[in-house]
Amino acid sequence: MNVQTPVKTIYGNWGEKFASQWSGFVEHLQTAHAKSLEEIHLPATHMVDIPTAYVSKEGMQEVLRSLKEALGFSFLTDYTASDEGGEKRFQLILHLMSPQTKARVRIKIRIAESETVPTLIPLWEGANWAEREIFDMFGIRFEGHPDLRRILMDVRWEGHPLRKDYPLRGYQVFLTPEPLDPELFK
Amino acid sequence: MGKDGSSDFFTTRFEDVVNWARKNSLFPLPFGTSCCGIELMSTLASGYDMARFGAEVVRFSPRQSDLLIVAGIVNLKMAPVLRNIYDQMADPKWVISMGACASSGGIFNVYSVTQGIDTVVPVDVYVPGCPPAPEGLLNALLRLEERIANGETHSQRRIRAQKEGRP
Amino acid sequence: MKTENSKGLQTDLPLDVARWGVPATFDVTLKRDSDDVFEDSRVLVNIGPTHPAMHGAFRCMAKLNGETIEKSFCEFGYTHRAKEKLGENRTYHQFVVYTDRLNYCSALINNVTYAMSVERLMGIEVPERAVWIRMMCAELARVIDHLICVGISAVDLGAFSYFLYGYHQRERAYTLIEKLCGARLTTSYTRIGGLMADAPEGWERELKEWVKETREVVNEMDRLLTENRIWLKRTKGVSIFNKEDCLRYSFTGPNARAAGVDIDLRRDQPCMFYDRVDFDVPVAQNGDVFDRYYVRLEEIRQSLNILTQCADRIKKGPIWSEDKRTRIPDKEVVYNTMEGLIHHFKFFMTGFNVPAGEAYTPFEAANGELGFYIMSRGGPMAHRMRIRGPSFWHYQGLDPMVKGGFIADLVAALGSINVIAGELDR
Repeated sequence: MNVQTPVKTIYGNWGEKFASQWSGFVEHLQTAHAKSLEEIHLPATHMVDIPTAYVSKEGMQEVLRSLKEALGFSFLTDYTASDEGGEKRFQLILHLMSPQTKARVRIKIRIAESETVPTLIPLWEGANWAEREIFDMFGIRFEGHPDLRRILMDVRWEGHPLRKDYPLRGYQVFLTPEPLDPELFK
Repeated sequence: MGKDGSSDFFTTRFEDVVNWARKNSLFPLPFGTSCCGIELMSTLASGYDMARFGAEVVRFSPRQSDLLIVAGIVNLKMAPVLRNIYDQMADPKWVISMGACASSGGIFNVYSVTQGIDTVVPVDVYVPGCPPAPEGLLNALLRLEERIANGETHSQRRIRAQKEGRP
Repeated sequence: MKTENSKGLQTDLPLDVARWGVPATFDVTLKRDSDDVFEDSRVLVNIGPTHPAMHGAFRCMAKLNGETIEKSFCEFGYTHRAKEKLGENRTYHQFVVYTDRLNYCSALINNVTYAMSVERLMGIEVPERAVWIRMMCAELARVIDHLICVGISAVDLGAFSYFLYGYHQRERAYTLIEKLCGARLTTSYTRIGGLMADAPEGWERELKEWVKETREVVNEMDRLLTENRIWLKRTKGVSIFNKEDCLRYSFTGPNARAAGVDIDLRRDQPCMFYDRVDFDVPVAQNGDVFDRYYVRLEEIRQSLNILTQCADRIKKGPIWSEDKRTRIPDKEVVYNTMEGLIHHFKFFMTGFNVPAGEAYTPFEAANGELGFYIMSRGGPMAHRMRIRGPSFWHYQGLDPMVKGGFIADLVAALGSINVIAGELDR
């Protein structure tokens, strides 16, 4: 009994309900974006709840644009990252939803520690603060972001808290309130 | 005392009268940051009225209040702000640390949380609970009033020390 | 015509001032302070972290030209409690306590969502009675969250006694919740695979009485404000955020429904028994502050309907799923059998292992779509616990919403979006 077991009182069997949207998603990626697609994990074969596509960093913007415009997955539910360790240390994770059919999919992008990623603000305005949070918590920089600075932690904080090597109790004490950069307001 | 037994005036110490006036007319500054802030609002609302004890007028400006009720988490980002607000208040001033998060960091022993506001400001009364029930906060208020009447709070000791020329 | 007195100062206003604007002959040179941030007469107002209009500790700085906001800068992080990092360092059972403190105005919804998300990873089915109780808790929490939201937004605009009406009902609801689980605000009521304790005898009957009272109170509140001229002037047409903007900024919940986005996860992606109860989803057109207020008021009424239906249909039964991995043994078993004692010890000291996998479980919380994305590697603690808090995405929309409006409208807009600091900062 694991994530592949459909639970009647928690959404039931999405595999049946969204079969056509999910297979359309898989087909679209395999035909139109075969170069950028690295892997696809499907609920039937892997331990995931919705189809998860691993996309390369270079093709990321194109894939997402076509998913948003051609396939209707135009609602960005969540944009976050995770520290997996290994060669390509971080994974950027996007959850998309289609407002018409309510189907959900997940896109993941594996990147190494010091790589920079193109920003998704041209596609979704809401990605602005999500990218700032990813920068704050993981240290992943975004090219083309208008205002990449820390959002949850103090601007003077050193280190990126959600990385696995940052200790849970790594306190950093400040004696003065956060300084404001007047350049921001011009 | 007059011929029929009534008294027209009574003698006491000036200190006691002043303390009596101060404790019955506290002006709280609700420094509500998180969940305890909602219980603070409950205490100020009509169910558990804090106005019964004189603490009716909540003033959000430190220049106009004398009781700082820190209700909720105080981050390492917020701690200098708290100190700023405390410094802007005029003596005599009192601090109630409401809730587990303000008193000791609570369940959050993590990188971004001050483990107790007594590292930042001197606290007179701590209220345990997560969040403390409004009765707990009222109990703390009454305890604080007792301590003000006895002159035992940090602020009153400071005032006495200043008057006597001690550091 | 210009008249001057002995000091050379203009004493009469020229007659060509048709409107109360700055007349053409009025020559004003502002003396600039050396501390001024801006070259011209713009002012930077800091509505700092401790301010009554901020619901929690977050900061908004507005660049003002007179009273018009040209740009606003929002800053938060003053309540960041590192729940995502704590999720990686606490067992799944221990994390239930932290979920209450997310949206602390409706703690039961967070508990229910978290329990559902871990159960989804494990494939556990909870029995019917537990599901009905969870649904009732979620709708009760939704009602009290909306009561506080509309109350506080009214207080921000000056209508103080409105808040007290809603708050009285909230206190009665606290008594109900206290009967259920012992705590008023931070409940920690659900467990993975069940509930902490069964609802006491007669709880459903008291709930129905509370529902009847609250219906009348909501009608009273409606009569007080909805057609009040002052309220309408302050909220109609203020801070409009239309449908396209909502979708671009990932708005969900009542804020999006006020703009015409007809998505409600209870109806469109039903979980628990929402497909067996009847309710309507209020959707408005304009997306201004008044619509957000009115959608919430209507949602309170719909939630009260759901509560009555649940209270009528619930039957007696078990509240724990008998899955051996997550079933906390009862106290009689723990104290009287060796296996119970060992099981209890292992459960609380090391936690249970959740099979490897990942799942994103969204739920329609009071503010919008609350989602838990849990990546597990088979151990007792999560590898990544991501909390998608709706207030984070809503607060981002504040700047485009108030641009070009007045500073007084910033306060109205902030109250209407219902930003809760616990969800915003996690």
